[in-house]
Amino acid sequence: MGAQKKRAAAAAAAARVSEDPDDLARQPLQAILLADSFTTKFRPITLERPKVLLPLVNVPMINYTLAWLEAAGVAEVFVFCCAHSKQVIDYLENSEWFSQPNFTVKTIESHNIISAGDALRLIYEQNVIHGDFVLISGDTVSNMSLTQALQEHKERKKKDNNAVMTMIIKKSKPSPITRQSRLGTDELFMAIDPNTKQLLYYEDKADHSKGTICLDKMLLAENPSISLHNDKQDCYIDICSPEVLSLFTDNFDYQHLRRHFVKGLLLDDIMGYKIFTHEIHSSYAARIDNYRSYDIVSKDIIQRWTYPYVPDVKFCGNRATKLERRGMYRALEIEQSRSAQVGSFTVIGYGTKIGSNSKISDSVIGEGCTIGSNVLIEGSYIWDNVIIEDGCELRHVIVCDGVIMKAGAVLKPGVVLSFKVVIGERFVVPAYSKVSLLQQPTVHDSDEELEYADNSSGTVEFSSIQGTADQSNGEMTSESSEAHKPKLGTGGVGYIWSICEGGQEEEWRHSVAPIPEDKLTELSEAMDDDQELVTQDRTALSTSGELISDSNASEGDDNEDSKDDSVYFEKEVEATFLRAVEENVKVDHVILEVNSLRLSYNMTSADCAGAVFYSMMKLAIKTPHSSASELQQNTANIITTWQKLLKSYLLEIDEEIEIILKFEEMCLESAKEFSPLFARILHILYDKDILQEDAILRWADEKEGADESDKVFVRQSEKFIQWLREASEEED
Amino acid sequence: MPDTQALVNDFLNKLKKLKIEGSQATARQNAELLRSVISQQRVPYTNQAGALIDAVKAVGEQLIAANPVELAVGNIVRRVLHIIREEDLSLTTAAIGGLNLSAVSDDENDDDRDGDSTLSAAAVAAAARSTLRPPSLQTLLEDTPVSAAVPQTSSSGGDSEGKSKSADKSSRSRKLKHDVIEAVNEQIADIVICHEQIAEQAVEHIHQNEVILTLGSSRTVLEFLFAAKEKKRSFRVFVAEGAPRYQGHLLAKELVARGLQTTLITDSAVFAMISRVNMVIVGAHAVMANGGVIAPVGMNLVALAAQKHAVPFVVLAGSHKLCPLYPHNPEVLLNELRSPSELLDFGEFSDCMDFGSGSGSPLLHVVNPAFDYVPPKLVSLFITDAGGHNPSYMYRLIADYYSADDLVVQRRATAGN
Repeated sequence: MGAQKKRAAAAAAAARVSEDPDDLARQPLQAILLADSFTTKFRPITLERPKVLLPLVNVPMINYTLAWLEAAGVAEVFVFCCAHSKQVIDYLENSEWFSQPNFTVKTIESHNIISAGDALRLIYEQNVIHGDFVLISGDTVSNMSLTQALQEHKERKKKDNNAVMTMIIKKSKPSPITRQSRLGTDELFMAIDPNTKQLLYYEDKADHSKGTICLDKMLLAENPSISLHNDKQDCYIDICSPEVLSLFTDNFDYQHLRRHFVKGLLLDDIMGYKIFTHEIHSSYAARIDNYRSYDIVSKDIIQRWTYPYVPDVKFCGNRATKLERRGMYRALEIEQSRSAQVGSFTVIGYGTKIGSNSKISDSVIGEGCTIGSNVLIEGSYIWDNVIIEDGCELRHVIVCDGVIMKAGAVLKPGVVLSFKVVIGERFVVPAYSKVSLLQQPTVHDSDEELEYADNSSGTVEFSSIQGTADQSNGEMTSESSEAHKPKLGTGGVGYIWSICEGGQEEEWRHSVAPIPEDKLTELSEAMDDDQELVTQDRTALSTSGELISDSNASEGDDNEDSKDDSVYFEKEVEATFLRAVEENVKVDHVILEVNSLRLSYNMTSADCAGAVFYSMMKLAIKTPHSSASELQQNTANIITTWQKLLKSYLLEIDEEIEIILKFEEMCLESAKEFSPLFARILHILYDKDILQEDAILRWADEKEGADESDKVFVRQSEKFIQWLREASEEED
Repeated sequence: MPDTQALVNDFLNKLKKLKIEGSQATARQNAELLRSVISQQRVPYTNQAGALIDAVKAVGEQLIAANPVELAVGNIVRRVLHIIREEDLSLTTAAIGGLNLSAVSDDENDDDRDGDSTLSAAAVAAAARSTLRPPSLQTLLEDTPVSAAVPQTSSSGGDSEGKSKSADKSSRSRKLKHDVIEAVNEQIADIVICHEQIAEQAVEHIHQNEVILTLGSSRTVLEFLFAAKEKKRSFRVFVAEGAPRYQGHLLAKELVARGLQTTLITDSAVFAMISRVNMVIVGAHAVMANGGVIAPVGMNLVALAAQKHAVPFVVLAGSHKLCPLYPHNPEVLLNELRSPSELLDFGEFSDCMDFGSGSGSPLLHVVNPAFDYVPPKLVSLFITDAGGHNPSYMYRLIADYYSADDLVVQRRATAGN
């Protein structure tokens, strides 16, 4: 779309706003709540129930968002329902949210919407948003106060009409190993102007294999200072001006709030719309994006970071729950066997029965569940009315409403059982599998479907089901090879969804189970490799400073790092030198360049001298020659041409000795052609005043006590040394 | 009564979402709410008290369940119930004295209309019990002719039907409601001015050149200290900051604004300073029936330090903070665990709480309780709006304020029988 069109629309929007600037301040705060995440990460559960109604610590997620909006002073909320809209609307109608004083909840329903962008366009058409509004999705948990962020937003807006959005961020360190935040989302890079808090760069899909991110150089040119963060978490709470809606309407290709809208605004320099950030410190905000964040946010709630939205506070008509010692939350009317062990940080819902010798820890058990004896439940989320028979084992899994687990069934970490699945006796569900009564959809027809390639991991071709299912429960397949027949043990009901290729390896990243130990070691090894890659790729300006060695190589320190460093340094110098030869760069310039390299690698002048000499010799040996004498001639020429360069690093005798040693080393290893010429070239160097006699004599003295093999070159140049000795004695 | 319902819901919401800060505000709003419940309640001809008690209990039950940790709610509900009983009793006795009529015999008349015979019977029983119980300090002081009622109630029979005068009855029913509202108003006024009433006693306790230590911030303590200051007492105040909410900082600021010599110390320095202190004066969240105190966290340490150095530990509490319950497991059940973010910054510690690696259960737990329980043996003196009392005397004071029938508000059906 043309820039002109954008400008016109924005001007219109601006005019609409500026009509009553005073009204704006007094206007009650509105909010748009997207009751659909437009992703498929919670499949197969979301095939049957919308994500916002999934229980989070026994309370449907949307309640956390609505309770927060109400407490934050929002007067009117538009709940945008798309997938399973009827369920959402029914739930809200039966909840207390419709009967709150000073807090109106209105639902907007649409079925043919496939992205957040479409939803906002529809809301714009309805013309219900009149002032600043909070844009949030129904799976966000927060307890922050909006007052300050809103105040800042309004003040900025008053000064600069282009400040259309304030994004809430929070500090949270990503794991250096997995390159993802604790919420299971990818590491996020943001560039923020430290003074104005303007957001300048946003990248959540950085390519870690390269280990670099690219910033537009204009960013650096235009802003006096920018700070680049990777330790901020995007809370997905935005305070927007009404222009945001019109921007979505103008740019009909904006789908995703971050990937398209935010990046679009940041790249678009015609209109100059600006996005600012507001960082929260003591309050909590997080969005449940995947199974991992479901797990983490649940634990945060149990640990009361989200206070007052915790199970024992009745913030949304939830059942009375008592908090006991060691973070145990218990609702009323629980039947618990005397010998059952309920560990810390566990929530047990109303009317649940727990049999003898069962062990439960770090888990959430819903309402009306029946748990048999000798059951082990660890780090799991059991929803309502689940029946778990004797001797089952559940570790780090999600079990939805109405599931029945027959005696002795085992769920491996990361398993998700969707509604009403039945697991047969003593059946072992393999790790990370997802089981549902519904078959895996074959075509991209769901209203929840998205076209993003990276989100499509939940859908695969139907034909692959059979194969994967067979392989995943190999011992059970003998009775039937028919794909339609459930293979969940005797009496089991449900289909194991296959995980598509490529998705397999990513599964552990986003599952409820903690990352397995072997994956972590694998990753940290991979990370070490990455670092080496970066080091070798020195031509690109490295962003990390840790590779600069602070140990002094000339002190004979054979630390790995410094050794590596000197090798790279030598290569760099050689490249510089060769380029200088090819392009006829002036000697002074080459000196400058080598000096800068020397600084960046923290090298001594001896290293430089050695490296320069090494490059010169390499050049000499590469120059075509037919005989030893010709090679000697070439060497002499090169030394004559570049002696100034070499001399600039030969400040003291030590450096000269270094050159001799270097030369010696070359003759032994990389350039054996030189070995017969050693004494002659030494002579040339002496003639050109590059080496002083003292240096050569000291070198000879040093070699005196060395091994026989080391003395080859001293022997060769014995005559020359002898001559030097005599000459100096004569002088005396 | 739709508007009362809305008011109740509104207040319930506020309680549930912890939107009301401080027990005084809670108590005042609660009393005001119950007043409007009473005034909206349609009173039948007879058994007015029963109907009112019924209405108040119904609302009270919801209110107490909304936030069990805020004990002031239950206190006020019980207080209002007690007021209704007392007013009913005094009216009954007055009527008996004047007309020589049995107050209770009217009940049989209207049972079909009332439809709640058990409750009226319960009211009778309650009235009878309250007349039979030993005279409380308050009734003794007010000099009510309690004993006169006893023979009349017990001898109530069916002989009074003809003699009852309907005009008199209606005026009496109106009078009961009126009296109750009047008494609740007084109660509200008491809550509002409790600070002043407590503060009036300040000169008796704070002497010249004394050093007073307090922890955190309490409005009552603030007023108490000001009152002493106004009476030209010159003394110094040590304020322990009251981590993690640091309300002591605010208190110190206000004290300095009023010209009091103030020293701010950390909570951990309390023991080091206590030897220089003449008296510890603190506020409370609630006072239990055994004389134990639910107070801001850190108070138990201060009380122990005070005991070690034999420094008087004085607790100021308005009468709305007197709770007729005995503490059972007070460290947990009557406590409120607040957000750990008051203790540490989430961002800095986010890598300690990455559950994605390792065993999946976090190694770092942060616990932030709001209250401490100070056992009665550590408290030297309570100062309420009714004067200074020993911890062992609290049960007596509570017996004056609440009826024994109302101690359990929840089990409405069985409470009366």
